Amino acid sequence: MSIDQTLPGSLAPEDKANLQAAAGAPEAIVAPPGGTGGPVLWMRKNLFGSLRDSIITVLLGAVLLYVGWGFFKWAVIGATWTAQTADACRANAGGACWAYLVEKAPFMLYGTYPFEERWRPTIVSLLIIAMLVSSCDRRMWNWRLAAMWVVGFAVSWILMFGGVFGLPYVETGLWGGLPVTLILSVVALAAAFPMAILLALGRRSNMPAIKALCVGFIELIRGVPLISLLIMASVMLPLFLPEGVTIDKFLRALVAFSLFAAAYLAEVIRGGLQAIPKGQYEAADALGLSYRLKTQMIILPQALRLVIPPLVNTFIGFFKDTSLVYIIGIYDLLTAGESAVKDPAWRGFANETYLFLAAVYFIFCFSMSRYSQYLERDLNKSHRR
Amino acid sequence: MLSKTIIAAAAATLTAFVAGQAMAGAKLDAIKARGEILCGVSTGLAGFSIADSQGKWTGIDVDVCRAVAAALFGDGNKVKFVPLSAQQRFTALQSGEVDVLSRNTTYTQQRDTALGLNFTGVTYYDGQGFMVAKKTNVKSAKELGGATVCVQPGTTTELNLADWGRANKVAFKPVVIEKLEEIEQAFFSGRCDAYTTDASGLAATRASKAPKPDDYMLLPEIISKEPLGPAVQHGDDQWADLIRWTFNALVEAEEYGITAAKVEEMKKSDNPGIKRLLGVTPGLGKNLGVSEEWAANAIKAVGNYGEMYERNVGKGSPLKLDRGLNALWNAGGIMYSPPVR
Repeated sequence: MSIDQTLPGSLAPEDKANLQAAAGAPEAIVAPPGGTGGPVLWMRKNLFGSLRDSIITVLLGAVLLYVGWGFFKWAVIGATWTAQTADACRANAGGACWAYLVEKAPFMLYGTYPFEERWRPTIVSLLIIAMLVSSCDRRMWNWRLAAMWVVGFAVSWILMFGGVFGLPYVETGLWGGLPVTLILSVVALAAAFPMAILLALGRRSNMPAIKALCVGFIELIRGVPLISLLIMASVMLPLFLPEGVTIDKFLRALVAFSLFAAAYLAEVIRGGLQAIPKGQYEAADALGLSYRLKTQMIILPQALRLVIPPLVNTFIGFFKDTSLVYIIGIYDLLTAGESAVKDPAWRGFANETYLFLAAVYFIFCFSMSRYSQYLERDLNKSHRR
Repeated sequence: MLSKTIIAAAAATLTAFVAGQAMAGAKLDAIKARGEILCGVSTGLAGFSIADSQGKWTGIDVDVCRAVAAALFGDGNKVKFVPLSAQQRFTALQSGEVDVLSRNTTYTQQRDTALGLNFTGVTYYDGQGFMVAKKTNVKSAKELGGATVCVQPGTTTELNLADWGRANKVAFKPVVIEKLEEIEQAFFSGRCDAYTTDASGLAATRASKAPKPDDYMLLPEIISKEPLGPAVQHGDDQWADLIRWTFNALVEAEEYGITAAKVEEMKKSDNPGIKRLLGVTPGLGKNLGVSEEWAANAIKAVGNYGEMYERNVGKGSPLKLDRGLNALWNAGGIMYSPPVR
């Protein structure tokens, strides 16, 4: 090898580009040589890399195909799409009965809400979903957000209860289905979040009384299962009240949920507070900021950003936990579904029911999860390499 | 000043407590003042209390409350249904969240006494039975020795099965499965030789889940008594009377052949019993503290007992239950109303 061959001028153009790429020149991103990309190569490398891999791939593929084909046969080929009564579906035992969902899905979504008034919970559900979606837009994160929620809640309240503007009054005992699940989770979380921030701050406070109060509350609520709190609220509480005084069952459940969520969220937020380096506190003190300003301007914005993944995790878990109101006879989405399965006219289509309910829950939980990933990326730009 | 406030508050609490006890007899007045009945039902039980596709409550337990509302207010819709889980049902009654529990509750001594309930009668006689496939050629539960029997855990059903097996020296092999869907699946796929639960439940399962309902039969043995009926709190005697006699009036109406459609026509009847029942001869309504039209309104709202039965669980419903024990006393059953007079 002669000296001049090692000089840059004598290199082939693609080698030059590679050298530049290695040196970190940004414009020199080079496509891989032919035959090193694409799905075929990926499969060869990852699925059929060795004899053992190939066997596992073929076996799993066969199982997947078998199960998938079975499901496809049940859900599409053999399914009954339209039927006036359940008998048509029962005659066709090997397939799904989607006619059942056509008949019963509205009931699962609205529960026992009066039939003629079902447009009201429809609007409320859409309104809540719309508010949730627009809250996701960071440009809305100012006074407009609060105003929107206040107005939205007021409108939802009027629509759900009625009793004004010629709308017939509908008490909470008749509410059911999706709006109940949405109201329970959204209102309880909205009430719990500020409470949780105060509890988390209180737990780290230097004032012993406040600290003891917050620790006591959090540990007490966190130390019992949600279901026992719900039973306390729905079964025990009425016994302590004087006879004739009853607090609305739905409200009692809502309060129990808020307390429970507050305790859990408080611990999540505390995790964020602990992750803030001491220097941040000291710097804020050195600037002469009051406790309030320090918390509001320096600590919380950083701490909350850090805990987005666990926060969303708690939200998702909580959204699904609302189905526990089954135990106290509130008609949420799941209770309405279970009731639909038992209707004698359409009895016994449990698979269809639970698939439908799972789909509804999945759509909500998956959207929350995707949004949190986006938010994390967006807020943590400064931390990314 | 402060101590005065505390004393006043304590006195008010005490008064409220005492008043609460004294007022218990005036439950009926409280309901009248409210203008609607609070009726505790189950969150969903086919034929007894279940919301249909339009969210409207239907079933025998529901109709009992509608009948009482019609007797009291002249309008069967003046009732608010409160769905209750099994855990909350008794406290809901004790705390006054509901006025009456009409929630397929078995009438037992312990509930009538220690739990402080007053059952107002039996609206449905149920009992635990067995279902087998006809091809097994089993004709009696006593032939089930060594057979596998599907049963749900944690209920009296499981205990009844064990008790009956011991008493009759039949050694079952219980297969315990929690979920209704799963237990039905297990029985029809042949995992168990027999399936035991309340006879109404067996018939409902056979009608809606069996691949061919005619391939399955209920065995003649009924191994437990499950009389279901509405209950109120101890002390609400007048209110209990109204429920008791409203239901009795529905049974009496079936005996007289008064149907919902024929109420007005039957008022012209010469039969003194019918005249008393329908308020043509006044007196019975006054005894109950309601309008003389009470029974006529109740029958118009839900029909007589036979109509109510056939519509919800009998021939007119998907459950297709026979009348069995629930037939009138003069038609082979034990449904019997004391004289409404």
